[in-house]
Formats: sequence, structure tokens, C-alpha cells
Amino acid sequence: MRTDGRTQTIQEQLQRSAARRRLGRIIGHAVVYALMIFLALLFMLPIFWMASTSLKMPREIFAWPPDWIPSAPQWGNYAEAFGKYPLARYMLNSAFLVVANIIGGLVSVPVIAYGFARFEFPFKHALFLLMLSTMMVPGHIKLIPMFWLYSRLDMIDTYWPLILPAFFGNPFFIFLMTQYIRTIPHDLDDAARIDGAGAWDILYRIIIPLCRPALTVVVVFTFVWVWNDFLEPIIFLRDWDSYPISVGLAFFQGRYSVEWHLFMGATLVSILPILVVYFFAQKHLIGGLASIGIKG
Amino acid sequence: MARPHQAQVPFMLAQWRQMSSQERRDAKTGYLALSPWMVGFIIFYAFPIVATLYFSFTQWTLVDQPIWIGLDNYVRMFTRDPLFVSSLKATTLFVALSLPLKLVLGLMLALLLNLKIPGMNFFRTVFFIPAVISGVAVSLMWIWFLQPDTGVVNTLLSYVGVKGPYWFWDLNWALPSVAIMSIWKVGGAAIIYLAGLQNIPAHLYEAAEIDGAGKQRRFWRITLPLLTPTLFFQLIIELIDAFKIFTEAFVITKGGPLKATYFFLYYFYEEAFRNFNMGYASALALFLLAVIMGCTVFVYRTSGRWVFYEN
Repeated sequence: MRTDGRTQTIQEQLQRSAARRRLGRIIGHAVVYALMIFLALLFMLPIFWMASTSLKMPREIFAWPPDWIPSAPQWGNYAEAFGKYPLARYMLNSAFLVVANIIGGLVSVPVIAYGFARFEFPFKHALFLLMLSTMMVPGHIKLIPMFWLYSRLDMIDTYWPLILPAFFGNPFFIFLMTQYIRTIPHDLDDAARIDGAGAWDILYRIIIPLCRPALTVVVVFTFVWVWNDFLEPIIFLRDWDSYPISVGLAFFQGRYSVEWHLFMGATLVSILPILVVYFFAQKHLIGGLASIGIKG
Repeated sequence: MARPHQAQVPFMLAQWRQMSSQERRDAKTGYLALSPWMVGFIIFYAFPIVATLYFSFTQWTLVDQPIWIGLDNYVRMFTRDPLFVSSLKATTLFVALSLPLKLVLGLMLALLLNLKIPGMNFFRTVFFIPAVISGVAVSLMWIWFLQPDTGVVNTLLSYVGVKGPYWFWDLNWALPSVAIMSIWKVGGAAIIYLAGLQNIPAHLYEAAEIDGAGKQRRFWRITLPLLTPTLFFQLIIELIDAFKIFTEAFVITKGGPLKATYFFLYYFYEEAFRNFNMGYASALALFLLAVIMGCTVFVYRTSGRWVFYEN
């Protein structure tokens, strides 16, 4: 009788505390969600405001109090922006630079990384460290000598200065790729070697097809970096028509009459390719970034 | 200096001779594979660094021959260049404002994003978006966002009865505004912290929970110490990045008002590619490199005291 009552109360207590814990968790989740939603809205506010402005009529832009959402969205603003500014031209220039840099990276990085990952030779470790240390060199230090060199080679105002370096391997990509190739079992190489495959057959037939995730990181990062690059294009390019989108956009304010609804439309259009790449390749972008953080 | 070098060459040769023909073939393939990088290293790293050092001792406008003037550029820089002083001040202030905020807020955001709650992936996506947008697009967006009259921020402030400042167009607010804008990109840092957080073994938390350690204690005793390698890495990356602030000032303020946002790299850019004082600009470039390297080495040296490595 006594023991029974005791078990009952213990059970009740357990149930009550479980219920309390569940309630606690629900409240906790609700608080976290509320906080996250508030922060997310705060973070998206500049982007929302840009999108909203891009759809307004000129007279709505400086209205007080401002309209959060335009009463009649002016989709024609985008056509007007494309008509008034060489937006399409700039974006094609950027696209060309992106493609050329991606080709450069895909051609050079796997070969160099293969050398580091699969062969033994004197000074390999020292060379690898040297390669890693170049990652820390700030880009500005190279600008003056490179400008001199490129003017000597008559390459100022061409795309060469913005493309050539990619063909000699970016150290961050080489590092990433080397680490990746090291995870591929040697058995595969050995089996192919017994079948009479040479070193380059092994690279192109076996290693590269297995490196797709690492190659995706190269492609995605190159895309984002080249699309967003600013300092090098303004130094090495002179001709307005050859500007990539980042530079072209930066000079809108000085070159055209200030029309913020069109500027905001153009800005939004300029980031769309990056957003598309980001949404599709999020895993690779974040994974690539995370791997520098962990191994760096 | 000469002796170890002379000793090394025969040593290398001896080492080479001792290798089997297979090993030698491997080594040759290895060097061949590395050759693009080695050529690139000489053209894009070794040559420019040595050349910048040389140019920094010259007076040179690109069209004429460099004239050797010894340490004159450095003397001018340290003794009679008000722009050097003011641009260094602005940059240091920017680093001091943005770096600690970015590190702390990034960590707080990462802790939130690390909570095991359904739908968190969506929030991760949202917070990382600003980090992938170009500096130019961000700058244009924020010029409009922080407009004194009709911008969103000042409108919201006016709803609660506060008259917002003139932000980028105010002498005292311009630099903080650029810092606030740079914090918008905190998601990039948060993602790296997040990877660090997810690398902390779960059994440590379980053990601590069994021992009765509360949430706060678990954060200070487990999370933070085990995250110090990531913090250390992030500190160095952000430090280098903050010193290189340029695009935002170029697009938004043109260094103004009254040179309030005339950052060091902007000064370098104008000296080199507007005024074509290549010699003096080279000295400026080297100075910035020295500052960045000095800070990195300092952080690295002191890291033994606060960075915790498991093994």
C-alpha cells in the first residue's frame, strides 16, 4: 500500500517534470525562433529596401514617410536600367573573366596539387610551406611592380593581368586540392600503374574524376572572387567598355544622373548571378570556407 | 653563409645519386607538376616583393627612370606627411572599431546558428548572404539604406522620436558608419566559427552535463577553450582584411568628409595610380605590409597563452 503510493507519486513527479521540460523546450524554441526571425529580418533589410526602391516610381523615391512596398511595382524600371546603362555589357565582361579564371584554375590547380600529394622529392615540404605562406601576402604589395611589368608587356587595358595569374595556381586552391587528393586511396593509383598507366594517365583518368567536390569548390570560389573583384580591375583596365560589373557599377554615381530607383535595380541585377551560384553551391562554399578555418 | 651553401650542393647531388631510378623519375614528375606554381611564385610573389622594396628607395613616376634617393621616402613618411598620419589614424580606428565587434558578434551568431533546431539551415543561408555580395554592391545598397532623409534607418529612428545622424556624410559618423556596414558581413565569420563549434566532440558536453556543469560553465570551460584555434585563425584573417579596407571608402565617401575615411590603402592607391608617385607609394605599400605582418606575428606570439590545442 505504502510502496504503491510512493511509486505513484514518483511517476507523477516524473510525468510532471517531463511535461515541464517539454513546455520549457517549446518556450525555448519559440524564443530562439523569434530572435532568429527578428535578426534575419534586420539583416535582410538593406536588400529588401534595395528591391523595394528598384520598383518605385521616381516621385515615390523621396516621399515622406517612405512607402515600404511600392503601390504599383514598376517592372519597367529594369528595362530602363538595362537601356540606360551598359549593364549587360559589364556583366558579359565579368562572365568572360569568370570563365577564363575558372579554366585557368581547373587547368593548373589539379596538376600542382597532384605533384604535392603524390610524389616524393627533395624540398617538397619547404616548397609546400612557401606556397602556404604566399596565402598571407596582401595583394596590394604586388600592384606597382605588376603594373610596371604589364605596361612593359603592353598588357594594360587588356584582360591578361586579370586572367594570367589563375593559370599558375591559386595557393588556397592548391592547398585544398592537395589535402583532397591525399584522401584518395593509393591502391587505385597502384592498380592503374600495374596496368601500365603513366603518371599523367593516373591524374586525368583516376584522380581528377574523383576530385569533383574539390573542383566544385574551385569553380564556386573563383566565380565569387572574380565577379566581386574591384581593386585589380580599376588599376589594370582603362577603357569604360571593358569594365567588369563591380567596377562599372561603382562609377554609376559619377557618370550618370542620380536615379536611385534605377541604381538599385542595377545593383540588384549585379548580385543576382552570385545569389544563384550561392543558393546552388552553398554546401561547397561553406564547406570550403570551413575547411580553411579548421586546417588554417 | 657560403659554407653551408657549398656543403649543400654536393649533399643534394649525393642524395640524388642515392635515389633509385624509380625515385628519380617520381621526383622529376613531381617537379614538373609543380613547375607552373614555381614560375607563378617567381612572377607574382618573389619579383613584386623584391621590386617594391627597390622602388621604395627611389623617386619614380613610371614614365622616367627610377632615381635612387636612399631613405628619403621613409624620412618623408615618418616626419612630414600629414596624410600618412591621418590615413594611418583612420585605418587604425576602423580596425579597432570593427574587429572586436565582428569577432564577438560573429561568435554570438554562430552559437545561435549551432542550436539544434529544425529550420536552422534556412537561417544559415540568410545570414551568409551579405558575405558573398561584392563590396561595391554592398556600398551602393548602404548609401541608400543610410540616407539621412529618407533612408530606412533614419525613418525607423524617427518613429521612436530620434533624429538620426547624417551617417556617411557626417564628419564624426562616417567612419563608424563604414564599420557598421562591415559588420553586416559578420555571417562570413560566423560560418567559420560554426565549423569550429561542430568540431567540438559531443562527449565532452555529455560528460560535463553528468558532472552537473550548467550551460554557462560549459560555454566557458569547454566551448570557448576548444574554439580558440578557430578564434585565432579568424582574428588573423579579419585583421588583415580590416587593414585593407578600400572599396567602401572609394565608392561611398571618396575618403571624406574631410579625410575622415581616407584609409591607408586609399592613400596608397591615389599616390600610385592617380599621382604616379610610384617610389613613395611603394614605401607606403611596404609600411602597410610591415604593419600587417607585425600584428600577425604579435598575435601569433601571444597565441601560446590563450590558444588551446588538444594535442
